[in-house]
Amino acid sequence: MSTHRTQTGGRIDRTRKVSFRFDGRTYTGQVGDTLASALLANGVHLTARSFKYHRPRGILAAGSEEPNALVAVWRDAARYTPNLRATQVEIYEGLQAGSQNRWPALGFDIGRINDALSRFFPAGFYYKTFMWPRRAWKSLYEPMIRRAAGIGIAPTLPDPDRYAQRYAHCEVLIVGAGPAGIAAALAAAKGGGRVLLCDEQSELGGSLLSETRAQIDGQSAAQWLAQALAELAANPRVTLLSRTTAFGYFPHNLVGLVQRVSEHRETALPGQIRERLWQVRAQQVVLATGAIERPLVFPGNDRPGVMLADAARTYLNRYGVRAGTRAVLVTADDTAYQSALELAAAGVAIAAIVDVRDQPGAQQLAAAHSAGIEIFAAGTVLGTRGALRLRAARIGQRDATGAVHFRRSVVCDLLLMSGGFTPSVHLFSQSRGKLEWSEELQAFVPGAAAEATRCAGACRGVFGLSRVLEDGAALFAAQHYEVSEDGPTPGAGWLGTLPQPVDADVGKAFVDFQHDVSLKDILLATREGFHSIEHIKRFTTTGMATDQGKTSNLNALAIAAQRLQKPPVEVGLTTFRMPFTPTTFGSFAGASRGELFDPVRRTPTHEWAEARGAVFEPVSLWMRARYFPQEGEDMHLCVKRECLAVRSACGLFDASTLGKIEIVGPDAAEFLNRLYVNNWSNLAVGRCRYGILCRDDGFIYDDGVIARLAPDRFHVTTTTGGAARVLAMMEDYRQTEWTDLAVWLTSTTEQWAVIAVQGPRARRVVETVVQGADLSAAALPHMALTRGYVSCEDAPQIPAMVFRVSFTGELGFEINVPAGYGRAVWDQVFEAGQAHGIVPYGTETMHVLRAEKGYIIVGQDTDGTVTPDDAGLAWAIGKTKPDFVGKRSLQRPSMNDAIRKQLVGLFCLSCTAPLEEGAQIVDSRGQSVPMKLIGHVTSSYDSAVLGKPIALALIAGGRARIGQRLFVPMPGGEIEVEVTSPVFYDEKGVRLNG
Amino acid sequence: MAETSLYMRMLPPMSRWILQGGADALSAAARAWPAGLSSEACRARGQGELHALWLGPEEFLLLAPPDHEPRALREALAGMPHSLVDVSHRQVAFEVCGPDCALLLSAACPLDLDAAHFPVGMCTRTVFGKADIVLWRTRADAFHVEVWRSFLPYCTELLAEQVQN
Amino acid sequence: MLLIDCPYCGNRPEIEFTYGGQAHIARPTQPADYDDHQWTEFLYLRDNQRGLRAERWRHSHGCGRFFNALRDTTTDRFHGTYKVGEPRP
Repeated sequence: MSTHRTQTGGRIDRTRKVSFRFDGRTYTGQVGDTLASALLANGVHLTARSFKYHRPRGILAAGSEEPNALVAVWRDAARYTPNLRATQVEIYEGLQAGSQNRWPALGFDIGRINDALSRFFPAGFYYKTFMWPRRAWKSLYEPMIRRAAGIGIAPTLPDPDRYAQRYAHCEVLIVGAGPAGIAAALAAAKGGGRVLLCDEQSELGGSLLSETRAQIDGQSAAQWLAQALAELAANPRVTLLSRTTAFGYFPHNLVGLVQRVSEHRETALPGQIRERLWQVRAQQVVLATGAIERPLVFPGNDRPGVMLADAARTYLNRYGVRAGTRAVLVTADDTAYQSALELAAAGVAIAAIVDVRDQPGAQQLAAAHSAGIEIFAAGTVLGTRGALRLRAARIGQRDATGAVHFRRSVVCDLLLMSGGFTPSVHLFSQSRGKLEWSEELQAFVPGAAAEATRCAGACRGVFGLSRVLEDGAALFAAQHYEVSEDGPTPGAGWLGTLPQPVDADVGKAFVDFQHDVSLKDILLATREGFHSIEHIKRFTTTGMATDQGKTSNLNALAIAAQRLQKPPVEVGLTTFRMPFTPTTFGSFAGASRGELFDPVRRTPTHEWAEARGAVFEPVSLWMRARYFPQEGEDMHLCVKRECLAVRSACGLFDASTLGKIEIVGPDAAEFLNRLYVNNWSNLAVGRCRYGILCRDDGFIYDDGVIARLAPDRFHVTTTTGGAARVLAMMEDYRQTEWTDLAVWLTSTTEQWAVIAVQGPRARRVVETVVQGADLSAAALPHMALTRGYVSCEDAPQIPAMVFRVSFTGELGFEINVPAGYGRAVWDQVFEAGQAHGIVPYGTETMHVLRAEKGYIIVGQDTDGTVTPDDAGLAWAIGKTKPDFVGKRSLQRPSMNDAIRKQLVGLFCLSCTAPLEEGAQIVDSRGQSVPMKLIGHVTSSYDSAVLGKPIALALIAGGRARIGQRLFVPMPGGEIEVEVTSPVFYDEKGVRLNG
Repeated sequence: MAETSLYMRMLPPMSRWILQGGADALSAAARAWPAGLSSEACRARGQGELHALWLGPEEFLLLAPPDHEPRALREALAGMPHSLVDVSHRQVAFEVCGPDCALLLSAACPLDLDAAHFPVGMCTRTVFGKADIVLWRTRADAFHVEVWRSFLPYCTELLAEQVQN
Repeated sequence: MLLIDCPYCGNRPEIEFTYGGQAHIARPTQPADYDDHQWTEFLYLRDNQRGLRAERWRHSHGCGRFFNALRDTTTDRFHGTYKVGEPRP
């Protein structure tokens, strides 16, 4: 064991060694160590290079507030996590970690030149320096900044780990399992409600984990803690979560937690997830998040070896590590004396205590004197020495006039500092609770809560172990705790920079270690005219990003306030953003990746299509067969074959994904009258009609065939993608506008499998399958429906609705059977069709066939700005209806302007391949940019039956241009096209009759 | 897709209807349907194999064995404005069971499934991940889940994922 | 995620709901009587107040009902929910 490790004490397991690698070197630690404590035990302080100036940095803190020691930890190339705080990484056998932001090595870093040139890189430098010459931005400045920007490197391989999520509900959620949180949990649990207690550390206990002197109710802190946790663990209504960070406080008492399940293990257990995201809805939230010790601002306060006093005490008491051999303490607070005295007792030489205050606490003074420690009251630190590690501190003192004089340079390898304690109000502030300025503490404390939130202990400015315990308990039931050796409680501490001689260079007096923001930068910001802390934050980057100003916010605020001669409250505090500490994307994704990213909806014939080698395409959440290639066919050849088969014999198509809504009630027809543009009163039972649905702005929203099943019952079909939104729109009108109508809506999309049989031989195929129905042209004309049944082995009478409808222009039928029988009936139809040359076809062929007929697809040929008339569908509008959704808008003059874009067809005159969908159209050759664009291509295909490409397009005044020649400018040159009717094939519609 | 396991099993086919209507029709239906219709929100009523699940103030899901014909119900509703639509094939049902059933569902269902807040007999439409479901607690340790048929693989795979966890 | 008190089902998480815009804008029963200006106002113009706002929600993954809610846009706090057709409290 190294000389830095104590012989006894601490919560590490001294019997189990762990070897790990940091920056390529192998070290040994103990089970229970963090990476930070293990490195310190090996005498390693240098763990990082700073963000902007690449200055050597060490370990400042012992918890999640660590701003410097950001490391990468990896298991393999895909399991690589940047920007972890070494203070939170638990070591395991074989752990591999490395420093960041350095090249080629931590000890010798080229980027360090930025430090020497730092006067050229002041705050906001990139807003100014890189503006000129303009040309250089793209080629020089941007790549350079990109290389330099950011901390750490993101892995490029997919994350192989698994993540889980859980919704949880409880009566009381307690964040922070220090003395306040545990006392609150003990008291809350007695109420019988569900209590969830979480803490970001590997062990619950907070400050109790490094408390070695105080006795609670006659027990050592460790004994008391063990007993309290055992009591809580035994209660089935209590959930204890360690390694769990409350990262965000969302409205209505929803708190996001991330639980690190297996990150600390050498290897995850089989099937074990890496992390679990909890969304906890709590009736009450108790924040017991503690306080963070404040650094002091003085030149060279960032050198490796400079550490928060309480952190050094934690390393000693919890991890058995002496963070140095010879220390100087600089403090503005009585509590830090305790750290110095405990370190001294553990064998660390305390070379001096520099107390910034004129009057240090008498008790502390006496204790330090009796330990033989020299004390500088009204002291200050003027600077530090050392390259990669602190070697000496330059101590100064104020005289009676306030002037600062150099006193002595003291050799030390550890400089402890304490500027007092800042209550950790991040989550309280996230919850939109109001913060109040405490004069006594010189810090913000929680004020009026916005949620059912209560705070306990140090996070609301209550210090001292007995007071903290009682504060936690009192939220539920007052309880007295007998604590010996309560210790001093922190006071106002010190804000802003330590006193310096007037001509001191404060460029290296750091306020925000993580973002390399120095005192000088904040002063510059105020000189530049930034007077609000929100602006100063953005100009200097203080308190930004992953750190959220945990150690820096108050010093930055105080410096700005002093310079602006305003009280701190007037300069304001920046908003605390979530997450409290960085949170993985994996935990947010949870199971929603790969196959489970979204539900994949499959039709009843999916497996059949798959077995035949169909190529699928996603259509909203559905997976639909796009085409059915045969040996050697590409999509083009396949679609051509499928198209010709439908036009010449018959095709089989799965239309089950069409949205279906059953509209029932005495007012069903009236309901449809008010909604759709068409007239429904005169639709006879057993007949169908093509319907168009507009929004009240007059633009097409959806379309589909609607059948009247009974006087009071309609079967409405919608587009595949529109099913849910059309039903929602209908419910909106039904429930909120037309409450006078007796009508109800039920989605039947998945009740029915829809098997479309289309082509001149379709009737002969359907006749052999559907029984008990007359499918003759006389009995079942186009746009009519009938009922029959289909017999299968397992089901003798499957009820079937047969619609005679066509989306191809051919004689067509759509057989609707209950979805569970869809596959069986499909098989029968396919079998029956063999004698008639039946060919299964997919959505691609369906698109070509409908385009040949000029049938629109809502969302492809319309875009939310197309009226029925624009689409050539004005004939569908019920002219005599007093009103329908969209009617009033269609009467606006601009809706009837002759230059509106109208749907037309295009033939290609100078190309053999289809036009690009989305291509723009102009009316003359050789236009220079910007061209006058008069429309665009909406659909474009190779038409097998016509033997040439066709396209649909929306063109300004399109119908009046039929016969004209227009141009499609493309990168390879202009393509000449001729405007035609959108109906390319069988304009009279005779083929519908077979 | 695991069809049966310690934590979930597919439920056999059923006849299903969505019944909607005004107050008169629903009270007539309540008299004609063996176990009646719950007037309390989010509650199921059942007798034998016939169940009625409250889905909304004017909407019930009726469950019955396959090929059950609700003749009495139709007769009671004749002449009253209402809607009765067969959705037997629209959705399928599975059961999540065992002592951890609520915990399993909590991976993707945002409701408080503690027995005090979601007691036996409670039913509601809600979400399970990105799927819309009807969740009905049939026993202290079992939930009946109704889901549109194309969402079944998603639901069962999501559940299987949670079981692993 | 907000907690929304559905007037039929009680408190439910926001994920079960769909937002429906400003409440109490009835569609004119006789749109033909509206001139273009009035119609445009009905169709497109909505308040964007800071503070208490009456708005529509639908418990789309629950009972399916539309209802109205009073929400403070600055705090996200609901001051009540009520059924369609009931007056704003």
